Amino acid sequence: MARQDEPLPRTRRRFLVEAAAIAGAAGVGFPLATEPAAATLASMRAAIRKIVGEAPLNRGKIKIDVPALIENGNAVPFTVSCESPMTENDHVKAIHVFTEKNPQPNVISVQLGPRAGRASVSTRIRLADTQKVVAVAQMSDGSFWSDDAEVVVTLAACLEGS
Amino acid sequence: MARALINVPPKAKRGEVIEIKTLISHTMETGFRPDNTGKAIPRDIITDFVCKYNGQEIFRAELFPAIAANPFLSFFTVAMESGTLSFEWTGDNGFSSTESVNISVE
Amino acid sequence: MTRAAFLLLTVVLAGAATSAAEIPLAERKSGYEFMTRETRAMQDDGTANPAMLWVLDGETFWRRKEGSAGKSCADCHGDARTSMKGVAARYPAFSAARAGPVDLEERINICRTDQQRATPLPLESKELLALAAYIGQQSRGMPIEIEDDARMRPFLQAGHDMFTGRQGQLNLSCAQCHDDNWGQKLAGAAIPQGHPTGYPLYRLEWQTLGSLQRRLRNCLFGMRAVAYPYGAPEYVNLELYLMWRARGMPVEIPAVRP
Repeated sequence: MARQDEPLPRTRRRFLVEAAAIAGAAGVGFPLATEPAAATLASMRAAIRKIVGEAPLNRGKIKIDVPALIENGNAVPFTVSCESPMTENDHVKAIHVFTEKNPQPNVISVQLGPRAGRASVSTRIRLADTQKVVAVAQMSDGSFWSDDAEVVVTLAACLEGS
Repeated sequence: MARALINVPPKAKRGEVIEIKTLISHTMETGFRPDNTGKAIPRDIITDFVCKYNGQEIFRAELFPAIAANPFLSFFTVAMESGTLSFEWTGDNGFSSTESVNISVE
Repeated sequence: MTRAAFLLLTVVLAGAATSAAEIPLAERKSGYEFMTRETRAMQDDGTANPAMLWVLDGETFWRRKEGSAGKSCADCHGDARTSMKGVAARYPAFSAARAGPVDLEERINICRTDQQRATPLPLESKELLALAAYIGQQSRGMPIEIEDDARMRPFLQAGHDMFTGRQGQLNLSCAQCHDDNWGQKLAGAAIPQGHPTGYPLYRLEWQTLGSLQRRLRNCLFGMRAVAYPYGAPEYVNLELYLMWRARGMPVEIPAVRP
């Protein structure tokens, strides 16, 4: 599906964000007067930690399906699915979605179970800017799996005036 | 009650995995938008959605301001038996809306 | 001559109107074709299309008794699926009562005041949009067909002149973008040809259903030109011209656009 496989070229903005994240994790204050994204990246990580705790976050099993280029960030079609037999013993318990640069990191949390049949949910989300979206799956065996996608958000040319 | 659209196959075979699509009318005011004076318009969103199949919960979602206006939610369930699928949306300012749809499973 | 060079030539030479060569029917493309696959899917899916919520409301209002006459639309027009079939495809239409063209929203209000003896619905109100969406949907798939009515010619001409005449701080005409440069990009978004095949529609930017007049006001804002008040005859003239310019194209009501 339409998902960016190649990483975006390392722009200065991305470097600053990543540097701030590393500095933040190392406990060093990194003043970034011109870079507001750093704050919400930290809050996204905090929101993810609230769900996952100290457990390892594995990559795989869950897949985000979102267009790589969006015409309008107000309603972005978004699907997240997990490979899982969805049996009593082996199923997806919950899926949580987060964003990096929205004013608030949480997007949606869904509770599933063996009665779901298929661990796949579609909705439409709001994206405030070009950013990364992260999805975390919580399995019945207690493990956590994640996927992320970069989305570029453009805006229509003739907007509302007043 | 808010206007809602539900799409469920009216008939299914036992054990078949069916797709349920829901759409409900709601502005999902984020709480971050400024009004003409610059003050933030208070948050007013749907916060929870539950789907029950003959009374048993099969799907639950917690929604945040990042869900687009007029929330669309599509998910799956296993067709187990004939009966009723019920849907309930609740949210800020006492918002509550319910719908139900019958399904025939052979 | 390249497209850019032609435009430059037009800008340099043409003081007032631009060439505004009408797009031949075979080359006419709806805004649908300029959207991403995902937005198109939203329009095509009856449960995913947010505009359908208004269509359902419209169906309810159609049957609601209104005004001192205590009549519903259904009382005179019966089942909209038959009586309203093809109606939206030929609006704006001439109204003898108004001695000029009216768009569908105005026509609904004429019925409300004259037949139902009720107050007109405010333009851009939820009820009026819902009714227009419900009625419009009955024409989905049918070709737009504006009658060649001699009484309408002066209004059609006025609409044409507004479309081709330069206006606003940017001194741009609609035709410069939508006739001469459709398909090119403006601030990252593709310029469509500007055919109103799907109004009222759910614009993702508005996060709600809106009329063609609302969209035209957005255009005027983008051009830094004066936006007439809602219901102004200038809009109806322009709508008439746009629908005439789109004749033969299928109705998409209710559409979704970014």
